[in-house]
Amino acid sequence: MTDRRPAFCDRIMDHFGDRVSDGGAGIDMHNIEVAPENLKELCRFLLQAPELSFDFLSDLCGVDFLPDNPRFAVVYHLYSTTHQHRLRLKCRFDDPPRLPTVADIWTTANWHEREAFDMYGIVFEGHPNLKRIYMWDEFDGYPMRKDFPVRGYKDEYNPFGKERGEQ
Amino acid sequence: MGVLENQFPDNVFFSTTDTIINWSRKSSLWPETFGIACCAIEMISTGCSRYDLDRFGMVFRPSPRQSDVMIIAGTVVKKFAPIVRRLYDQMPEPRWVVAMGTCAISGGVYNTYAVVQGSELIVPVDVFVPGCPPRPEALMHGMVLLQEKIMRTHVLRKEPEQAASES
Repeated sequence: MTDRRPAFCDRIMDHFGDRVSDGGAGIDMHNIEVAPENLKELCRFLLQAPELSFDFLSDLCGVDFLPDNPRFAVVYHLYSTTHQHRLRLKCRFDDPPRLPTVADIWTTANWHEREAFDMYGIVFEGHPNLKRIYMWDEFDGYPMRKDFPVRGYKDEYNPFGKERGEQ
Repeated sequence: MGVLENQFPDNVFFSTTDTIINWSRKSSLWPETFGIACCAIEMISTGCSRYDLDRFGMVFRPSPRQSDVMIIAGTVVKKFAPIVRRLYDQMPEPRWVVAMGTCAISGGVYNTYAVVQGSELIVPVDVFVPGCPPRPEALMHGMVLLQEKIMRTHVLRKEPEQAASES
C-alpha cells in the first residue's frame, strides 16, 4: 500500500482541473474518477501525452452498485509500457447505462466492452460491434446485475431457477 | 499348453444370438473424442497408455458418426447444450451415454444461470460416474458397468414383460 501520489497525477490535474477528481491510492495503483462526458477526452489525453502514454488497457470491467446511486460504474486499468506506470480510472453513471466507447482509443476495449455489455447491459455508444460475447444472442437479461437471480430463471435446462417476476 | 493340448474334440458352443450381438457390441465401444472441461483431462488420461482403455476394445473416434458411446466429460453450459444434443443425434444406434463427473451428473457446484443442471435434461444417460473429476479407474469402472448393462439388453429376444404378457 502506498499513499505516495505519482507525479503524473499532477499533470492530469493541471490539464483537466476540476473535471477529474483524485480517487486516492489503491492497494496497487492510483485512482482517478471522471464523469462520463469527460471520459473520451481524458482517455485520449492519457494515451497521447508523452509523459503519460498509457498505451495499454489491461482491463475494463463493469460494476453494479445497486441500490446505490449512481448505480453503475466502469473501471479502466491502464498501463504504460514505456514508463511502466499504472492508473485506474473510475466512471460512475446511472440508469439508463450509456457510456462512450474507448474501442477507438485502445482496440482491446472492443471485447472488454462487449463483456460489460453482456454482463451488465452497459451500452457503449459508438462501439463497432456491440453484441453479446459470452451468452447466446437470445439470452434475456444481464446476469451480473445484482437484481438478476444467481441461479438464473427457470427453463428446460434449469428446473431449480426462479420463475420470471418472482422476487 | 502342455496339459490342455490336443485334449478336446471339435467344440460346438451353444448360445443365444443376443449374447453374441451384445458381446460384439460391448467389446468394441468406441467413445467420441469429446471433452468439455477438466474431466476431459482424466478421460484423455484413461485413454492413454498408463490406464489404457484400448484393452477393453475402446478406441476414441473423432466423429460421432463412427462412435457409439458419448462420454460427457465436463460442465455443460446452456450455450453448449444444443451441440451436445446434436452430437448425440448424429451417433448411429445403438448408442450409449456416460455422464462423467459431478457437473455432467447434476451441474455440480455450478448451480447458476449458465449451467445445465444435469445432462439427463439433454440426452438419456446410461451410466453416471461420480467424482470431481473421477479417477481414470472410476471411469473404467463406469465403462465396465456399461458393458454389463449391454450384456443384459434384449436385441432379438422379446423383452421379459412382453414375453410374460403373451404367455
